[in-house]
Amino acid sequence: MFMQGFLDIFDIYLLEAVINGILLGGVLALLALGLNLIFGVIDVTWICYAELVMIGMYAMYFLVQYYGISYFVAAPLTILLVAVLGAALHYLVIAPLLTAPPINQLLATGGVLFVLQSFATVAFGIDFRNLGIRLPVLAFGDMNFSYARLLSFLAALVGMVAVYLFMTRTFTGTAIRAISQDRQIMALMGVDTKRIYLITSALGGALAGLAACLLVLQYDVHPFVGLSFGPITFLICVLGGLGNFIGGFIAAFVFAEIISLGGLFSDLEWGYVLAFAFFIVMMFIRPAGLLARRR
Amino acid sequence: MMGQGRLAAWAIGLAALVALPFVYRDPYHLHILVLILIWSFAYTSWSMMGRFGLVSLGHGGFMGIGAYVTALLWNHLGLSPWIGIPISMVAAGILALIVGYPCFRFRITGHYFVLVTLALSGIVLQVITATRDYTGGSLGYTPNRAAGNKLLALQFDDKITWYLIALGVWLFGIVVWHWVDRSMARYALEAISEDEDAAAAAGVDVTAEKLKITLLSALMTALAGAIYCQYQMFITPDTVSGIAVSLQMVFAAIVGGLFVSLGPTVGAIITILLAETLRIGFGTKAVGWDNFVYGVLLVLFIIFLPKGILGSVLDRLKPQRKVPRAHEHEVVQKQEAVQIARPGT
Repeated sequence: MFMQGFLDIFDIYLLEAVINGILLGGVLALLALGLNLIFGVIDVTWICYAELVMIGMYAMYFLVQYYGISYFVAAPLTILLVAVLGAALHYLVIAPLLTAPPINQLLATGGVLFVLQSFATVAFGIDFRNLGIRLPVLAFGDMNFSYARLLSFLAALVGMVAVYLFMTRTFTGTAIRAISQDRQIMALMGVDTKRIYLITSALGGALAGLAACLLVLQYDVHPFVGLSFGPITFLICVLGGLGNFIGGFIAAFVFAEIISLGGLFSDLEWGYVLAFAFFIVMMFIRPAGLLARRR
Repeated sequence: MMGQGRLAAWAIGLAALVALPFVYRDPYHLHILVLILIWSFAYTSWSMMGRFGLVSLGHGGFMGIGAYVTALLWNHLGLSPWIGIPISMVAAGILALIVGYPCFRFRITGHYFVLVTLALSGIVLQVITATRDYTGGSLGYTPNRAAGNKLLALQFDDKITWYLIALGVWLFGIVVWHWVDRSMARYALEAISEDEDAAAAAGVDVTAEKLKITLLSALMTALAGAIYCQYQMFITPDTVSGIAVSLQMVFAAIVGGLFVSLGPTVGAIITILLAETLRIGFGTKAVGWDNFVYGVLLVLFIIFLPKGILGSVLDRLKPQRKVPRAHEHEVVQKQEAVQIARPGT
């Protein structure tokens, strides 16, 4: 009798954690998509990707809290701002280094990480800030889901479908995919690689901006907020195979489940540790990524 | 290899460094010197791997383990740092092997390796923050003051003792650097960084060679963390672990010059003096500004001076005898580094 009741509660919590994991996976998949896009096309890893998201979250905070703009007007503005930041990052930092060793490009974005973090510290201080929007909690049976998470999940899905359509249905998108297959030939085919790189960077930035709009609903923003989901995004991309969109998508949900279920049994931080341990084990099993073809 | 004159120069330089605190006792300047020496050691430890193209951003994790394990063993178990430091180094070494082995065995190189190690230092930071009941979380942690024997607790109040300890540790780092530089492992690792498959075909055990240098580098970095903790008597996750510390190591090593033994030391001198100047210049408003300048300089350095300050200066000074091959290039740089470093030391 007592045991039965215990199991019921346990199952409900377990199911709730599983569903929350799926909801978290949506946003993580969005982040991984942006990073994978940049890597797949330009062959560069933006270490500062999570910091772009942080800047986007601050933009949302100030637009909504300080200037009193509605959330749904502020969101496109933020996406636009981070897209411009992404293009600027490419133009100012990556473009001069395109012929340099790949490690140099990666480290230069590490410098940008420092710049963005300290810029936020100087400009906004180290206080934790939040939008102050309290979205209702959705009760479904005995389970509670945050409305914000559901909204983020759906918006992330819409964002990913939009990118998919852009990549497959437009000329520019086709050119982007072609460049990721062969860098040299496309230039000979009359495609302006510089322009494509800029567009890709802006698109990667826009995805970071969208993620920022969604994350700011759930988390407080502070200058170091990028550190709490940056490492996990990198692990997702490596596990999925850098530049592999579908691998990144699946890996995002796998990781989100581990974090969510790990957090069920202890703190959220231990969920991250569990995810990292899982990652190490996976490297032994599938070293070239989740979806690598066996040779 | 080392000529008589160069050996004499090193001896004179060292004698001057050892004698310095007995002649000049300004505590603030000594404090800065101690910090420079400890961080130089950490940066040198990083560059042991970094110079062979093994760019690790996980060293913040190793340093954090060195500092926290030593302090935790002292506070909770009363274990003297003389035992705690080796234990912490072993812990960091084991972690390095656990992460390094699959990376090297399965050819995870370049971007992948950087991202994996980056995640490692992020995770160590998360663990330190998560175990806040023991480590104090992001508020920081202080080793208990020793009631009895100061030597047993490795706690000293005077700066001169610490200066000499830091000098010894730093010298140890430089000696290990030269030891690796003259070993067969160096040639194996250079071959690996040029072309892994070719090196493997030529009979180099790629995984083993990479693991050895990674282990050595992680052990030294943990030692640096432990010494830093013992000196400062206060550590926070952000000052000894995490991505920022890892990037700081890479930055200093690159600014100074990756391929010369004193490069990381020059990098430490520049970065710490810069941070201190900014800190004093801006006062309490400097929070963040020093890192801002760090970041901008890092980007500029990578774009315009990828060989670092010392490396680039040496390139300019080098007489144009012949076009050296890759490895000879570095030997020339190294020899001249010693000559250049003399006036500074």
